[in-house]
Amino acid sequence: MPPTLTTPRSADRDTGADDHAGTRTHAGADAGAAQPGYAARIDRVSKSFGRPGARQLVLDDIRLDVAPGEFVTLLGASGCGKSTLLGLIAALDQPSSGTIDVPGGRPALMFQEHALFPWLTAGKNIELALRMRGVPRAERRTETERLLELVRLKGAYRKRVHELSGGMRQRVALARALAQDSRLLLMDEPFAALDAITRDVLHEELTRIWSETGVSVLFVTHNVREAVRLAQRVVLLTSRPGRIGREWRVDIPHPRRIEDADVAKLSVEITGELREEIRRHGRH
Amino acid sequence: MAGTDSERGTAVAADRTEHTPADEERTASARTKWAAAPGSSEPEADPTDPGRDSAPDAAGDLAGLEAGLDALDTGTSARPPLGEILRRKVVPPVTAIVLVLALWQLVFALHVKPAYQLPSPLMVWGALAEEWYKGTILGIVWQSVSRGALGFAVALVLGTVFGLLVARIRPVRAAIGPILSGLQSLPSVAWVPAAIIWFGLTDATIYAVVLLGAVPSIANGLVAGVDRIQPLHLRAGQVLGATGLHGIRHVLLPAALPGYIAGLKQGWAFSWRSLMAAELIATSPELGSGLGQLLQTGRSYQDMPLVLGAILLILLVGVGIELLVFAPVERRVLRNRGLLGTPG
Repeated sequence: MPPTLTTPRSADRDTGADDHAGTRTHAGADAGAAQPGYAARIDRVSKSFGRPGARQLVLDDIRLDVAPGEFVTLLGASGCGKSTLLGLIAALDQPSSGTIDVPGGRPALMFQEHALFPWLTAGKNIELALRMRGVPRAERRTETERLLELVRLKGAYRKRVHELSGGMRQRVALARALAQDSRLLLMDEPFAALDAITRDVLHEELTRIWSETGVSVLFVTHNVREAVRLAQRVVLLTSRPGRIGREWRVDIPHPRRIEDADVAKLSVEITGELREEIRRHGRH
Repeated sequence: MAGTDSERGTAVAADRTEHTPADEERTASARTKWAAAPGSSEPEADPTDPGRDSAPDAAGDLAGLEAGLDALDTGTSARPPLGEILRRKVVPPVTAIVLVLALWQLVFALHVKPAYQLPSPLMVWGALAEEWYKGTILGIVWQSVSRGALGFAVALVLGTVFGLLVARIRPVRAAIGPILSGLQSLPSVAWVPAAIIWFGLTDATIYAVVLLGAVPSIANGLVAGVDRIQPLHLRAGQVLGATGLHGIRHVLLPAALPGYIAGLKQGWAFSWRSLMAAELIATSPELGSGLGQLLQTGRSYQDMPLVLGAILLILLVGVGIELLVFAPVERRVLRNRGLLGTPG
């Protein structure tokens, strides 16, 4: 597919040469009396990279709502712009057009690599997030201990990052993300680099923590079974450019396991769709 | 070609419904139900409890499994015993020093050069002892060390500011980045004549030379440290809300610390060197006497034992500060980040 020029998505906005024409709202958690009925609203968002004349459209007309407390997985092959989309929602980058509204304040983001700061202990990593959120010094320590307990790492406060296993690092990273006390947790293939047993355990932990905290989760993965295992709703993202494709509600009751027959059955169906989508790129 | 998918809803599965508040309540109540299930009243993780597999209690099972995984995955690292450290770290350099001294004594005994040109180790020791008995040597060493320390401290501040500016502001980097690296290769002795013309035979001359020697090293070290920061850490800092000054303090500076410390080490070496050069050339009664002046005194009296003694002292101070100040700090920083191989 040849590089496509971005076309203005909204009539009132000229996106001609400006790559940052999209708007975003990150209202504070306590702003406004009436809470909107979503944890994130992505409306007609497009993103393209490159210089004018050689633009590469990465995301095209993305419309997606995440309901408060909802667990959504965003599924797609590589190159579909999943990570780009999360970066846009997390305000690490600006959309070329369209709007992103996150009413619960700055969303938390967990990366594939733990992204913990190696110059701090596990506890201090979490405390930094609390400090940036404005939690007073006196409360930080107890709050950190509570979060460590939540991810079952009681006693890891003084541990250095390099002293922890891959699974433990991701749990500290999860605790640090939760320390931001955001209503929306974005996860960018956070378990992709872990071994199967550890990943399995972390799936259970994440499901438990999601149900205990009521946080909304937007979880990006290329692993179909993982998507089905975790989500209430699986959204397929097509590749080049990334567009919202089919989506599935997952009504399999919890507790689920990745090897459950129901999970496998739906995974087969979704995989078929994903393969068909990938195959399309081979035909010209 | 993918146009059919772009309209949201055309390809949506039949069972998908639009999100409504009622919908959300449904999921919320379903979740409460699940949270109230017996499985989620979690018992404490107990790695010593064996028979959990057969229990239907999924959460307890998970805690045990997790504790086991954590235990299996966490390496144990114990520090080697003190004797081992002594044998590996102290014995080799001491042996090397003894060998050098023995070789020196041998060359002296063979009369390769006349004694006034090549004195024996004992004669050098005698010259230092004589200075010691005169009661001046501590003052001389202190004069140089305090100058070095003060010059280094000022260089630290200036170098850090310059380094941050060059590392973070693109036009500044383009403008003075190359000059800063170029200055590093300019021997700071070259500044001595200029400094004397500007400031005369004063302390200002000496400090000017020290700063011109040390500031580029420290700034370049910081720039290198900042350049090697993982982009992921910067993104993570942004996500946490550590931006602006918070970002510099909590993410940028600590992340750049290993490179920064390497720059400081080099900066100290350059300050010390520049100081000796300045003291050696700029000698005057008002400047007092440091190690460089001691060297100059030895040269004017053709006192080779004193010259060699002064060189030894200069070396000793330089190496001593490196070993006592910088090496422990660097080791600590690297060990905390897991960048040092297993200790020993």
